[in-house]
Amino acid sequence: MEYAIEIEELSKKFGDFTAVSNINLNIEKGEIFGLLGPNGAGKTTIIKTLATLLQPTSGFAEVWHHNILKEQDAVRRSIGIVFQDPSVDTELTGRENLDFHARMYGLNREERERRINEVFDLVELNDRAKVFVKFYSGGMQRRLEIARGLMHYPKVLFLDEPTLGLDAQTRRRVWAYVKRLNKEEKVTVVLTTHYMEEADYLCDRVAIIDHGKIIALDKPNNLKNAIGEDIISLRVSDGGNFSDMLSKFEFIKEMKLHDDFLFLSVENGEKMIPRIMHLAHEDGVFVHSVSLRKPTLEDVFLHFTGRTIREQEASAKEQNRMKAKASMRMGGKR
Amino acid sequence: MKLIDFTAIYTIWLREMKRFFRARSRLIGSLAMPLFFLVFLGMGFNAAFKFSDMPPGIDYIAFLAPGIIGMVLLFNSITSGMSVIWDRQFGFLKEIMVTPVSRVSIALGKTLGGMTTALLQGFLILLIAVGIGFKITGVLGLLSSVICMILIATSFVCLGLIFASIINDMQGFHLIVSLFTFPIFILSSALFPLEQLPLWLKYLTYINPLTYGVDGLRYSLIGMAHFSLTLDLFVLVCFCAFMICLSTYFFRSVEVN
Ligand SMILES: Nc1ncnc2c1ncn2[C@@H]1O[C@H](COP(=O)(O)OP(=O)(O)OP(=O)(O)O)[C@@H](O)[C@H]1O
Ligand SMILES: [Mg+2]
Repeated sequence: MEYAIEIEELSKKFGDFTAVSNINLNIEKGEIFGLLGPNGAGKTTIIKTLATLLQPTSGFAEVWHHNILKEQDAVRRSIGIVFQDPSVDTELTGRENLDFHARMYGLNREERERRINEVFDLVELNDRAKVFVKFYSGGMQRRLEIARGLMHYPKVLFLDEPTLGLDAQTRRRVWAYVKRLNKEEKVTVVLTTHYMEEADYLCDRVAIIDHGKIIALDKPNNLKNAIGEDIISLRVSDGGNFSDMLSKFEFIKEMKLHDDFLFLSVENGEKMIPRIMHLAHEDGVFVHSVSLRKPTLEDVFLHFTGRTIREQEASAKEQNRMKAKASMRMGGKR
Repeated sequence: MKLIDFTAIYTIWLREMKRFFRARSRLIGSLAMPLFFLVFLGMGFNAAFKFSDMPPGIDYIAFLAPGIIGMVLLFNSITSGMSVIWDRQFGFLKEIMVTPVSRVSIALGKTLGGMTTALLQGFLILLIAVGIGFKITGVLGLLSSVICMILIATSFVCLGLIFASIINDMQGFHLIVSLFTFPIFILSSALFPLEQLPLWLKYLTYINPLTYGVDGLRYSLIGMAHFSLTLDLFVLVCFCAFMICLSTYFFRSVEVN
């Protein structure tokens, strides 16, 4: 098997603090690979180390067969990267940002022109090419950054939280671009994310990272199966009777009753709800409310670590990104 | 990786130029103080004093103008290091640092950019001075003044770059810059002739590279010098070369977060 990235016993310490701890990982060519984990897990540190922006404390890695310690130049030529935090020049136009990038990678005029148009097409920003980036929305900036990461035909593209702070619609579009560039440009993609559904939709394989260690590595489906089934919660008029009745059915893997709340573990929860409603009706049980919960990163995480990711974190970080952007706009006006 | 990558140096320079010309209000702001100095200090002292060593035909405004050009070059050169701090603050430094371009070339691009903007501002002050009656000795003098300006600007852009490499925040940068620029400015011969200074003060000005810069400018523009142009240029070239080496050395250790 040809690997796009090989990581061996990679560690990174900041002072006494170990951000990345003895990671071993191979990422296949053509794969969309996800690094999933809570704040401070070490995802960004791994990506920056692979991108030669940080020196590992020990261990080593090869990116597209180039040693990240000895062949930094070759590694840099092989990769594109979209950073977690904004990294565009807001005082330049979108096109100028791409032009800067292309020149730094030594593309000649003809290549530059063609490629800029290509990547603008890909992220559907053609009509904004000549607008100053400070007038872009957050989503447009993100798409510009993705376009820029692709300018120099990288073999491996790193996307550090590509959809953080984007609305659901823009998020879907970014997913579509990632799928498309992976297919059309044959780019190996390594992305980090907080969102299980993102990893689920995009990634061929996912590594769950916590405290700088890989605690699980598999296809998204297998990870989800490892956690188990969907949870249906019902508030019913006669919980005791109804639960006795339901216990006959095979499709209910597990059942818990709290007062008049009934929690059922099932597979394919959305398909089971109508059936359960029907059973309730037949039994003369009145259902006040019903809700379905799919396993999330939270549950995956709980399963593998025994603790939850604090809920606030993702949204706090989104606010940070927004704040950074706002201050950048203000700074740009100086 | 090519150590000196001319395409990359040009690219970085081009970006600095675009940013410079798009921020015209900043340009006007940075010229206000030196103009104030030139006009009011010049006129005020012109009427109040006659420096005894002044050659005939040279008044204080003529004496002061090259000094103010030196000041503009000094201030704008050192503060051009800000661009690195800005880039770091707004994340663009990461984008630059992850490209396959050597740190030396990046530093040289930044230096060239800062030098050009400082030079343009120095020239603008010269133009304004000429506009209000400052007389230049000749074309040859103008030419050697440009050389002096380039050397002054490059040296102090490098100093700014060194500060920006070791300081991460704007406040810290401003603090260090003003800590350095004012003594360098005051202890050059920009405002007063060196002849009558007490000996200890004279020695202080002699170890200040800007003294030689201003002296070279003054000789080139009005034909008056404390040292000789040869010595001035010699000191400037040495200082400039030293600063370029030092700044590329410091810039290599820049970390991006
Ligand atoms: N330059 C640094 N100096 C000191 N500590 C650092 C530095 N960079 C990162 N860390 C620490 O290393 C740990 C891992 O950080 P990293 O940014 O890799 O996490 P992450 O998984 O990307 O988190 P997030 O989801 O918040 O982006 C954190 O605890 C962080 O505080
Ligand atoms: Mg991160």
